[in-house]
Amino acid sequence: MTAQPVLQTPEERESYLNAGHSLRSWLLSTDHKRIAILYLFAISFFFFIAAGAAALIRLNLLTPNGTLLSREGYNRAFTLHGVVMVWFFLIPSIPNTFGNFLIPLMIGARDMAFPRLNLASWYIYLGGGLFTLYALIAGGVDTGWTFYTPLSTMFANGHVLAVIAGITVAGFSSILTGLNFIVTIHKLRAPGMTWGRLPLFIWSHYATSLILVLATPVLAMTLILLSAERALHLGIFDPALGGDPLLFQHLFWFYSHPAVYIMILPAMGVVSELVTAGARKRVFGYWFVACASLAIAAVGFLVWGHHMFVSGQSAYASAIFSFLSLVVAVPSAVKVYNWTATLYKGDILLDPPLLYAMAFIGLFTIGGLSGLMLALLAVDEHVHDTYFVVAHFHYIMVGGAVSGFLGAIHFWWPKITGRLYSLTWGRVSAAGIFFGFNLTFFPQYILGYLGMPRRYHVYPPQFQALNVLSSAGASVLAAAYLLPVVYLIWSLRNGPPAGPNPWDAKGLEWQTASPPPTHNFDTIPVVDRPAYDYPLTRGVADE
Amino acid sequence: MNPFFQAWPPEASIHAVRVDQLFMAFTALTVLLTAPVFILMAIFAIRYRHGRDVDRTHAPSHGVRIETAWTLAPFLLALAFFGYSSWLFFDEGRAPPDALTIDVLAKQWMWKFEHPGGQREINDLHVPAGQPVKLVMTSQDVIHSLFLPALRLKQDVLPGRYTTLWFKADRPGIYALRCSQFCGFDHAVMAGRFVVMRPGDYARWLQAAGTDGSLAQQGFQLYRRLGCSGCHAAQSTQRAPSLEGLYGHPIPLEGGRVVVADDQYLRDSILAPNKDVAAGYQPIMPTFARQVSEADLLALVAYLKSLGAGPDQEARR
Amino acid sequence: MSDYVTLREPYAVSGQQRDADFLGMYLFLGAEGMMFGALFCLAFAYRTVHPQASALAARHMQLWIATANTAILLTSSLFVALAVHAARNGARRVTAAMLGVALALGLAFLGLKGVEYGIDYRDGLMPVIGHPAAVREGPAGLFIDLYFVVTALHALHLTIGLFLLAWTAAVVLARRKRIPAQAVVVEMTGLYWHFVDVVWVFVFPIFYLARG
Repeated sequence: MTAQPVLQTPEERESYLNAGHSLRSWLLSTDHKRIAILYLFAISFFFFIAAGAAALIRLNLLTPNGTLLSREGYNRAFTLHGVVMVWFFLIPSIPNTFGNFLIPLMIGARDMAFPRLNLASWYIYLGGGLFTLYALIAGGVDTGWTFYTPLSTMFANGHVLAVIAGITVAGFSSILTGLNFIVTIHKLRAPGMTWGRLPLFIWSHYATSLILVLATPVLAMTLILLSAERALHLGIFDPALGGDPLLFQHLFWFYSHPAVYIMILPAMGVVSELVTAGARKRVFGYWFVACASLAIAAVGFLVWGHHMFVSGQSAYASAIFSFLSLVVAVPSAVKVYNWTATLYKGDILLDPPLLYAMAFIGLFTIGGLSGLMLALLAVDEHVHDTYFVVAHFHYIMVGGAVSGFLGAIHFWWPKITGRLYSLTWGRVSAAGIFFGFNLTFFPQYILGYLGMPRRYHVYPPQFQALNVLSSAGASVLAAAYLLPVVYLIWSLRNGPPAGPNPWDAKGLEWQTASPPPTHNFDTIPVVDRPAYDYPLTRGVADE
Repeated sequence: MNPFFQAWPPEASIHAVRVDQLFMAFTALTVLLTAPVFILMAIFAIRYRHGRDVDRTHAPSHGVRIETAWTLAPFLLALAFFGYSSWLFFDEGRAPPDALTIDVLAKQWMWKFEHPGGQREINDLHVPAGQPVKLVMTSQDVIHSLFLPALRLKQDVLPGRYTTLWFKADRPGIYALRCSQFCGFDHAVMAGRFVVMRPGDYARWLQAAGTDGSLAQQGFQLYRRLGCSGCHAAQSTQRAPSLEGLYGHPIPLEGGRVVVADDQYLRDSILAPNKDVAAGYQPIMPTFARQVSEADLLALVAYLKSLGAGPDQEARR
Repeated sequence: MSDYVTLREPYAVSGQQRDADFLGMYLFLGAEGMMFGALFCLAFAYRTVHPQASALAARHMQLWIATANTAILLTSSLFVALAVHAARNGARRVTAAMLGVALALGLAFLGLKGVEYGIDYRDGLMPVIGHPAAVREGPAGLFIDLYFVVTALHALHLTIGLFLLAWTAAVVLARRKRIPAQAVVVEMTGLYWHFVDVVWVFVFPIFYLARG
């Protein structure tokens, strides 16, 4: 970091943060930046609740007999973990916080296209989330987050209906957010901000929003049908009437597989920003990376059947889904190679954001390739519904999406708060998360291949060593997650003022003050350069 | 020997060997594709770190050829794996016509197998080695999944329809049999043994399993087949009351009432177990109304009566 | 035309705001379309698996009521289109009157639908309540239950549409929204109403006409 002139602290300057200090000024704000902060609080709350459930699960699995939780308690714990993590943390995590905060800033707009809808969407999300959480804790649900019929409709006890209602409500928040993003990106770009000049973060959020708008309604309808069958005893998927439970799975995965891309695409957008800023160099192959986001969103709609290779669906359908699942990996591979190539001949500072981005690239690559193994029919027949699958999707969702989320926090924290945090502690937490994560989830790949099915409350004793290893990793991971909470909060009062552009980054969001004023820009910027316009050639180290 | 390979799951068929080979080959491909990313990231991060005096001129910002190359090469490699794995999968989908057919009925939370000769067993599955075996499976309630790790095979078992799975196990031995599709409360213990026997041993086992005996002995067979012993045996991990010496004795119920365990009570407890639950136990026993005929009920009650006289050796004698 | 437009927060130009409103509405209706699309896929799947039972169940449906309802709904869409036209021309009373006619036709649809549900109840087609008819046992029951889910959800959307029509007519008449400057309000309500109409255009053949 070069020496900065004396900077104003965030408190001394007009910004969105001190535009009003009452609770009301936050809860009724239509400022996209304030709504992003509201989301940040809400998703952090849900994250720690669901992480607590994960801790219970890992503690229980320390011994083969599962002494900590009762069977029912265990089943409820993993259902809570899955439901809350998927719908109330992972899906809204990056889009609703960083997407909300950054999209208008990055494209040079004063706010979202529909600011009031944006706030409404937060209330819908929070209402759905708290209702779901109450139902999960007070009544308990033991169906798993997948709600497969007929277990969920005819056999499971607990508050299945309430939880489903909460998820459906939250789904409308997703739809409205995605709609808002698309309209904003289409209609509110600053003069000169052509599609070819958009940051890659915007491209990935555009692709994500398309999935949010088009896939979420199918989930909503599926859950409505499930509720109708459970509450009114209608025959929708009931095999006794000739109905087919597999149709539920088709509809469910038609949403829930694209939902994986809702989680990972925004993280990819974040990583594109982090890598270019960390390398102080143009991203390698802008158009390949941008189009890869759209390709993932499009092909991602056609691969849902790879969750059903052993379900009894037609073998020919399985073969087609297997092939398409290999196809959808191609754009992801493009991104990984392009990020790596971006570092070539860069001017690299190993600050926390870049470390998180590198953790993302490594873990996502491993997770993605293990996903290809699952896409191979003969391998999936063995490892389907085992810990191999659990390890795979945690590499994508925790190693990928959560690393991306933390990378985003470490990159844009100075912009959001106007303060710098301790870079050393940031590096320590990135390293701790990488280590703890691998220790937690790599043993689960092996467990899966050895034949340990998922959602087991007790397990044969020969699996204990690997389970203990995994639980040990989980405790490292838990500590590494708490660390940023401490030093980031500490930085709010004690961190040095960040200045508008502490990372020497090129996006429009770095041209306005940190924290930004309520209307983002004093005058709307006019864009006349491509994204990431670092000098194309650079002499020897430019000190 | 490397402990990793000691921990390798046993291979009981040619198919298992092939799947392992495929898996190892793809793991090698994973390393091949991942290593450059890790190594290059590390090299670049060190070589081009801020402040180092290195040549940064002519940094490329795109390169269509190299991008096309690193897009297509891994994809074509993966396609080869796709071909082989799909062939293995389709091969596993067509049972030979001479396969021995065994019926499988899954229910919360037990497996029931019925051999062609009428021999039935619960949770354990005995099959002859070297002979194709076809399982025809259905579920009585929710979706289960029969998972035979030693064969690298699994297949979901659905209510209201039949799914099939065939295999030829070559290596006699005792292997694991598990449920891999979450099916509720006791999903984790819906498991048993998968016993591959030499054909001669299998024939002898069939004979031994097929004999009929006295009413109590038939009841004992039913008691075992229906899985009652899975929960009611003294060494069981399930909390279910012991049935020894039960007949004719007063039973305190949840809620304070006391009944005498007569024929009627035993019968009701099998058909509607949650009607009168013994004090201190959870109402977790499933109903057997749809699995037992009146004759079965008589045999079961006869067996339970015989337990009242003493330890259950009597029935087995 | 743009002299009366009140610009909302992030917008600088009225055309931009209008474009954004339209794009937002189209996306919302696209999402709604995916919702009903899931139901139609399910109906298609069950018709493929159980063709006879589906046709049998369809023969229990009240074809004449549904045909009348189709005509009513299509006519109401015509009046909504006329209302949009009038709004763009600034004809305040005509706009409100056209919306009123559409509203009346929508109510007529709901009334006929209620009569139809009454007949369904009498025939024992309703789930849960009434005396179940023999046809409800088996795969035809799947079709009938799906019919109730789809028509109930359509009726719910239609009811929301009725409130929108009433509200739009009221604010236009009371000059709380000025036309033609704020004709976009009428246009948005109109788009939603047309969508409800389009959904019915799929419901009608799937559940009533395909009885062969």
